[in-house]
Amino acid sequence: MDALTVLVIDENKIRAAIIERGLREAGHERVILVTTMDGLLRRILDIDPDVIVIDLENPNRDQLEHLFQVSRAAQRPIAMFVDRSDSGMLEAAVDAGVSAYVVDGLRQERVKPILDMAIARFNAFARLQRELADARNALEERKVIERAKGILMQSRGLSEADAFALLRQTAMNEKKKMADIAQSVVTAASLLL
Amino acid sequence: MNASPKSLSSVPRAVSLGRRETRLVRAGFIPLVDASILIAASELGFAAREGLQLDLVRDVSWANVRDRLAFRQFDAAHMLAPMPVAAQLGLGSNPAPVVTPFALGRGGNAITLSVRIYEGMRQETGLSDTADALACAKAFAALVASRKEAGLSPLTLGVTYPFSSHNYEFRYWLAAGGVDPDRDVRLIVVPPPMTTDALEAGAIDGFCVGAPWNMMACERGVGRIVAAKQDIWPLAPEKVIGLRPDYIEANEDTVLRLVQALDRSARWCADPEHHDDLARILALPQHLAAPVAILRRVLAGEFCLDGKGTLRRIEGYFRFHGEGANRPNPGQVLWIYSQMIRWGQVAHSAAGEALAVSACRSDLYDTALGPDAEQELDPALFAATRFMDDLVFDPANVMAHVEAAAIRQQGHIIAGAPSE
Repeated sequence: MDALTVLVIDENKIRAAIIERGLREAGHERVILVTTMDGLLRRILDIDPDVIVIDLENPNRDQLEHLFQVSRAAQRPIAMFVDRSDSGMLEAAVDAGVSAYVVDGLRQERVKPILDMAIARFNAFARLQRELADARNALEERKVIERAKGILMQSRGLSEADAFALLRQTAMNEKKKMADIAQSVVTAASLLL
Repeated sequence: MNASPKSLSSVPRAVSLGRRETRLVRAGFIPLVDASILIAASELGFAAREGLQLDLVRDVSWANVRDRLAFRQFDAAHMLAPMPVAAQLGLGSNPAPVVTPFALGRGGNAITLSVRIYEGMRQETGLSDTADALACAKAFAALVASRKEAGLSPLTLGVTYPFSSHNYEFRYWLAAGGVDPDRDVRLIVVPPPMTTDALEAGAIDGFCVGAPWNMMACERGVGRIVAAKQDIWPLAPEKVIGLRPDYIEANEDTVLRLVQALDRSARWCADPEHHDDLARILALPQHLAAPVAILRRVLAGEFCLDGKGTLRRIEGYFRFHGEGANRPNPGQVLWIYSQMIRWGQVAHSAAGEALAVSACRSDLYDTALGPDAEQELDPALFAATRFMDDLVFDPANVMAHVEAAAIRQQGHIIAGAPSE
């Protein structure tokens, strides 16, 4: 069986690299990354891919639709469709934020592992970004709590432990997050002091 | 926001749907002024009055909107009028069935060329600043011909999607002037919000997209508007609400309420007194994220044609309601079908005509609105409304319109489209 040529179009270079690695680990040797949309038509004609994987955040996706419709401009026609081998899988793909175009006639058992892998990597990447955002948030929250503590220690002559306890007690009483209470203290202090 | 819909009380309820719980309807849209009716329905409480929670999701490509509707992430979608037609005909790369019970009005497109190309046309032909769409098209054809003679590469023009009014209108304008859009120029797809940057960078020489992007290019002094949609064919359809037939079957009551909400919203949007409020809502970052001042002028149909301040006012540049603007119309759908045939996207057949027309669910529109429903577009209007090149379209004779066109694809069907 001939090796499939897989073209990955993703303006997010990190995610593109993660997908490329996954495909290579799965034994796909011919994986090509495109992270800029300049001259896409020419590139696709040169690469002549069997499968195209593209992220859904990419506004240039409509370029592909056009390309597969109006391929008269090209020397040879490209007949590609959104892969419809398995509607459940396609739904999972759209949920994950990725879509795949395949050459007409390509058998689904050859396409499915590629799309499965892309979906898994897209989901993993999204999880990674969420965790990163959470970590960043936690850091911001710690910083604002430190500042609020400092303000309370100075203005009310509290010890660090008491300032912390006051913030925590107030948060519990008002059923709010400690970081929110701390933010209020910082904001109020900037207005009052 | 003080934009309470005051005209609501004067609108009688057509159908009593009884008390009910709130139902969630998720709708996808692309940031364009012709999403106004959908956006206002959600923002100003027209949907809530019908017991619907209309959640809007902004998307980046028409292909996404199509797929997210097909895979149930969206219940409803802002769509190009040719998209349900292509879907029903099985064209395109993911043709799941889509129909429309409501059209989001007419108008809003324009063709913009780069200032450099426009100056070239003036030098070539002595084109005047007040030249009409046909004169501009002929001047463009003259420029294309002389560039060809000089051995220069073909010009590149941007549209938004293969099944779009923009694609068909740009092709119509080009062919009316004598340019073969498949041989004499390169047509590519550019996402609407990127058109101005692409024009400025010289990646494209012109484009046809919806508002406000033509105006943005002119305000920045990089583009010149040479034709508005009205100039090409005043009856041309534009955007619609797309729904899956299986969704309609399972949620008919919700669909009828949605149509009522859209009707109320359309009436509100159509009132020029509300355009200040509408422009402010559209300008919000979660909607169009465009300057209020430009949106306000677009809604008024006031065009800044170029960076020098040449003005033009088009009456009814946007028609959100009235003259059958909201009622899905088989005649307009058949014109779309005729353009698909003209440009080789599909071959003509009686079965194809029936499939194309099946995209129109005016029955749902009528059921939802009863006596409030707009009358169907007067069939006599088709015979009375000429295209920019003097042709007419008779919905009863699709092929006559195709065959009357001097420039068209000769029976070539595009690879990738399923054969009939």
